[in-house]
Amino acid sequence: MRSLEVENLTVSVEGKTILNNLSLNLPKGEVHAIMGPNGSGKSTLAKALAGHEHYTVSSGAVLMDGENLLDLEVDQRARAGLFMAFQYPVEIPGVSIANFIRAALKARQGEEDSFDALAYYRRLYAEMDRLGIDRKFTGRSVNEGFSGGEKKRCEILQMAMLEPKYCVLDETDSGLDIDALKIVAAGVNHMRGEDRGILVITHYQRLLNHIVPDYVHVIVDGRIVKSGDKSLAVEVEERGYDWIKEEMAAGV
Amino acid sequence: MSPVTTVNRESELLTESVFEQFQGRHPDLPPWLLQQKRQSWMEYRSLPLPNRKMESWRFSNVRGLGVGPFGLANAINGRSRAALAARSQDPGSYAGRLVFGNDDLLENSPLSRELTEKGVIFEPLQTAFSKHSGILEEFYMAQKSDLGSEKFAALHTALNRNGTLLYVPENVEIRLPLVSRHWAISENAAVFPHTLVIARDRARVVFVDVYSSSEASSRQFACAVSTLYAGAGAEVEYHHVQNWSERSLSFNTLTAIAHRDSRIRAFGMNLGSKFSRNEGHSIIEGPGCNAELYSLSLSHLDQEMDQRTRQTHRAPHARSNLLFKNALLDSSKTIFSGLIKVDKSAQQTDAYQTNRNLLLSPKAEANSLPGLEILANDVKCSHGATTGQLDENQLFYFLARGIGKRAAQQLLVFGFFEEVLEKIDNPELAEYHRRLVHEKFRNS
Repeated sequence: MRSLEVENLTVSVEGKTILNNLSLNLPKGEVHAIMGPNGSGKSTLAKALAGHEHYTVSSGAVLMDGENLLDLEVDQRARAGLFMAFQYPVEIPGVSIANFIRAALKARQGEEDSFDALAYYRRLYAEMDRLGIDRKFTGRSVNEGFSGGEKKRCEILQMAMLEPKYCVLDETDSGLDIDALKIVAAGVNHMRGEDRGILVITHYQRLLNHIVPDYVHVIVDGRIVKSGDKSLAVEVEERGYDWIKEEMAAGV
Repeated sequence: MSPVTTVNRESELLTESVFEQFQGRHPDLPPWLLQQKRQSWMEYRSLPLPNRKMESWRFSNVRGLGVGPFGLANAINGRSRAALAARSQDPGSYAGRLVFGNDDLLENSPLSRELTEKGVIFEPLQTAFSKHSGILEEFYMAQKSDLGSEKFAALHTALNRNGTLLYVPENVEIRLPLVSRHWAISENAAVFPHTLVIARDRARVVFVDVYSSSEASSRQFACAVSTLYAGAGAEVEYHHVQNWSERSLSFNTLTAIAHRDSRIRAFGMNLGSKFSRNEGHSIIEGPGCNAELYSLSLSHLDQEMDQRTRQTHRAPHARSNLLFKNALLDSSKTIFSGLIKVDKSAQQTDAYQTNRNLLLSPKAEANSLPGLEILANDVKCSHGATTGQLDENQLFYFLARGIGKRAAQQLLVFGFFEEVLEKIDNPELAEYHRRLVHEKFRNS
């Protein structure tokens, strides 16, 4: 019950099958990494979990702590405790970061619950400080005119503020220089804990030097074809993906 | 609350009997006013109904502007008076407040003695017509409407009988706002709110007009006129809240006349009516002045908001600015048509006109017709219109954070409106505008 269970998930986009009977179990307290070549279905998994309407689930199930995630709308999934950090965060002109995160938190409250604005800003500033985000950013429109690194840090800031049960980081390392990568990784590591499962989707092993996963899964052609510990990531980095494909072809 | 009066169905707006009925009910009007009303009624009857071939009615849904089921409203009873007075607390602190229901005075919270002694007049028109006939003969409906609603301005002149006269003598400054609240009460009632603000040289004043219906489900016809005069060096800030019930048909004409070195700022908030027509005209009469027209509109369902503006420059070295922002939900529609008109003598004019629309639904429709007519050769003028929308990637981003669609739209609208709201110096008034937007979202 304390896990995000993906069972035989098949997902298509515009009639083309991208994920093919994919299964994965992410228990709370663990960090799993998913690696795979371009077009293998990594980002599709993230978006299908979040509930993007372009991604059609034709079979399979996703249970979040026993609850059927696929029955929920996008915003319901988020409020139930799922968080996806976007590969390409979206710009929202006219809506400040502070107001955006506050709205997300309020959406998780009941209509009549009061909102402690002072405590909110105290927490927001503490998390921003930790992520090296200038406090002036609270008044800036979400992601508008941000550098790639600033956008990714802003994703992690939202993740920290919303305290999700399960986090899916979709290629959070893309477009980051090494300094920004370290800051983002530290932010993610800070959120590791018994009550949270984290799924790190990445193309490169580089990020996994800083967020050390408990398990690594390799995805090829929409299926997890190999799982192992963190050494698998190193092996993939050194040898590429072809040897795994060859193993598959040979039926190993 | 249930309707407290019924309207005589025979007294349709376009029938001759309405004016006879009006005269019969108000036998004590001063002769000069009665004369003006008779003339206006004739004018109303002779002017054609708007049609879309008229430039000033392009894009507008003119159906339903003809014969209506509307009629003169009857007086309301004591219990309703008290209930409405209790609902008239917004926007907060005031220096004086008048509350009207179906054009009858319900409550009069007069000025302090200090202000009265300085010569400030804050008087319901029903008594001002005779008490201050000198001022009214000079200023009342003195500025002819010519932005398209001439017919309805004539109708207003014929049937208006109440509203507010605010007269602020030279050098008098009133810090707190003056408020007039107009309620429309019974089904099919026709109301004609009027506001006349005269700020003499170097006077300073803030005036707030709030229009609303006692019941959301009722339907009325509202035809309002407001006129602002700013004398030399005067400062006038005006707020206008149009929040009639969403079955109503409304017209509103604002004229702001700025004399030498004066400053006028007008803020409109449009939320109500099924069809609303807003005409705003700033007139620069003297050099060195600054006239600013701001408007925020939030339309939803099948509401239509039709806005026509003009910035007239008749004197040199003056500035005018206009910013109209429309946020559209559902299948609502807005029209903005504006003209900057600079006379030959108005050299060194700075005039700006901007219309921004935020489409929050693929079915919403925003029309924009900005225009310039410049006869002077040494001016800085610009006009522009932009339309933005909530695209599906943005919506997905909100949803992925647990923020539902309506809440996302609300956040975007607040962000969009803030550019205007932050120009309001009085925090209580700015907060009042925000609260109105919240309420509209809560009820939508």
